Amino acid sequence: MTEPVPGSDHAVITRALTRRFGHRVAVDHLDLQVRSGELYGFLGPNGAGKSTTLRMLCGLLEPSEGGGEVLGIDLVAEPERIKSVIGYMSQKFSLYDDLTVSENLTFYARVYMVPRAARGPRIARMVQLADLGGREGQLAGTLSGGYRQRLALACALVHGPRLVFLDEPTAGVDPVSRRNFWGLIRRLADEGTTILVTTHYMDEAELCDTLGFIYQGRLIAQGAPASIKSTTFRQPVMEVEAADVRRAADVLADWEVIEEVQRVGTRLRLVVGDRQLAPADVERHLTLAGVETRWVQEVEPSVEDLFVSFVDKQRKARLREQLRALALSSEGGGPGEGR
Amino acid sequence: MASRLLGIIVKEFIHLRRDMLALVLALAVPVAMLFIFGWAINTDVKHIPTAVFDQSGSLEARLFLEAMVNSQYFELGRRATSQRELTRLIDSGEAKVGVVIPPDYARRLARQEASIQVIVDASDPQVATSALNAATSLGAQRSLEVLTQTLEGTRLGRQPQPPVDVRVRAWYNPDLVSAIFIVPGLIGALLMQTTITAMAVSVVREREKGTLEALIVSPIRRWELLLGKIVPNLVVAFGQMTMALVVAHYVFDVPIRGSLALLYALSLVFMMGTLGVGILLSTASRTVPQAMQLAFLTFLPSIYLSGLLFPIEGMPTGAQYLAAIIPLTYFLKIVRGIILKGVGFGHLWPSLVPLVIFGTVVFSLAVLKFRKQLD
Repeated sequence: MTEPVPGSDHAVITRALTRRFGHRVAVDHLDLQVRSGELYGFLGPNGAGKSTTLRMLCGLLEPSEGGGEVLGIDLVAEPERIKSVIGYMSQKFSLYDDLTVSENLTFYARVYMVPRAARGPRIARMVQLADLGGREGQLAGTLSGGYRQRLALACALVHGPRLVFLDEPTAGVDPVSRRNFWGLIRRLADEGTTILVTTHYMDEAELCDTLGFIYQGRLIAQGAPASIKSTTFRQPVMEVEAADVRRAADVLADWEVIEEVQRVGTRLRLVVGDRQLAPADVERHLTLAGVETRWVQEVEPSVEDLFVSFVDKQRKARLREQLRALALSSEGGGPGEGR
Repeated sequence: MASRLLGIIVKEFIHLRRDMLALVLALAVPVAMLFIFGWAINTDVKHIPTAVFDQSGSLEARLFLEAMVNSQYFELGRRATSQRELTRLIDSGEAKVGVVIPPDYARRLARQEASIQVIVDASDPQVATSALNAATSLGAQRSLEVLTQTLEGTRLGRQPQPPVDVRVRAWYNPDLVSAIFIVPGLIGALLMQTTITAMAVSVVREREKGTLEALIVSPIRRWELLLGKIVPNLVVAFGQMTMALVVAHYVFDVPIRGSLALLYALSLVFMMGTLGVGILLSTASRTVPQAMQLAFLTFLPSIYLSGLLFPIEGMPTGAQYLAAIIPLTYFLKIVRGIILKGVGFGHLWPSLVPLVIFGTVVFSLAVLKFRKQLD
């Protein structure tokens, strides 16, 4: 049902992909490259243009300008053809609660025109993949969050697409299920399925092969998490533990070489503007100001730090707030928790 | 394509099977409605509680009262001993009708100038109408009898004939049974209610659950999705209709004089419009309760203005214009025409034309709106 992509090892390519709604530019000259068989994390706060981009890639929305190919199919010329070769899983899971596990799978198999003879084996494989064995006859509405999530993924994969779009697939799911789910999609990607996933969780993002950051409709960075960190992100990040955290924060915020100060639990996290600055310098500065400091050390920048670093200074605090609110609203820690 | 359409149809039937309550309701409600409307509601009110203030106490008065009872319309209860008591009985609602017979009734009757006062509590127009009609015709009948007797006593000595003999023959429903009039109409109302609600709810539920989103991303076509939802809906609607017809025929003795095939075929035309309304409502509502409320809003005018319960001829002109744009009005004419009169297509087409126009316009509009909303 899927055909080889002619002369390209990219599952998704867009060129200056743009979508306007009236005067508002939702997606602004986006150049996206998703290689075949990779796990691509598409990141950005709400309203950044993520879902508009996804809708154009699914063939639902016509670009105002620019274009691109999805599995080699032109998304302007043949949007309808794209629909049958991709898989799509939404945040809402799109399951019929009063249908059983296998009825849901059968339904999507029919909708995606899996040939009758292939249907049985495909569904059996999906049940196995999603670890739903023994629950085939259970109503989807009675499944718990993690099972529902995996069933939704199985439904999106039942026709064997080579490219799947996952739109915030872990929102509102408990941390253990999230970890299992990421293990599952990691395995799928390793077996050759291209996966484009949107997420608010920065810890999830670090598990991707490639990240694309979208902000205000523009792709502000694209690359492997490690390479983005080493090449794009040049500002050291430090953590400080002090006796009086609030005073330490005030002192550091007033220091011009410090770009950002955030409180993380009982510690402070600093983004430092000057690469020459060492942890010892920070400790000295605090001591001079009369703040008793337990320790200061340099840490790995998180993906969130990366993301925020692309945005100019006055917008940083607001963006952090947005990202934090999103992570909180979708509750709990992530798969990387406790590492 | 066949696979996608089949997928939707099969899924819709599973929904139906899983939701047993809804399915039982779908089939039981028509029967319950038939019983309520066809049996409990009778616009021809009989056995009206009647109080009498008989001041004459004569044989003639007793004869008149007996005639009243025999007509079955009046049930003589309390005998009042004064005009005031009679008024009190009517005020309190113990009696709906008061009959005052004057003291000189017998004497004046002999002189052919007797009068009897009948007071009707018209706060309930249905009762009042029945009572008025019955009392008037009783009066006319008694007069005729008195005239006849008087004439017999004259020297002419031959069988007298009343001057004008009006003979009314009630066609199609000779006993004027309300059920026979109402039950076929109910079938139309039922079809409308089911198709509008079920269609609207089945689309809105998918939107609420987020499954519509998945269908939009899937290669399914809009028409496949709609047709896949319409087919099971029609099956249920025809099931209800058949159920209602069986009960109407075997329980309420409603005769089925015309062609059932024609009835089912024309119902399909009617339902094209109502399904369209259902789809339109689904595009206008975000939640299932919203859709239900909107659906209810369309039933009210249809039920009261279509001539289902009250004759359109008796409505003020404005309401008659409204009735003329309600599709149920025309469908009721068709249902009653086929079931009660046994007429064929030749007589029905004037009612069919508005239905075809309504169906085509509304259905196309609905499909367009539906498509637009999904894009």
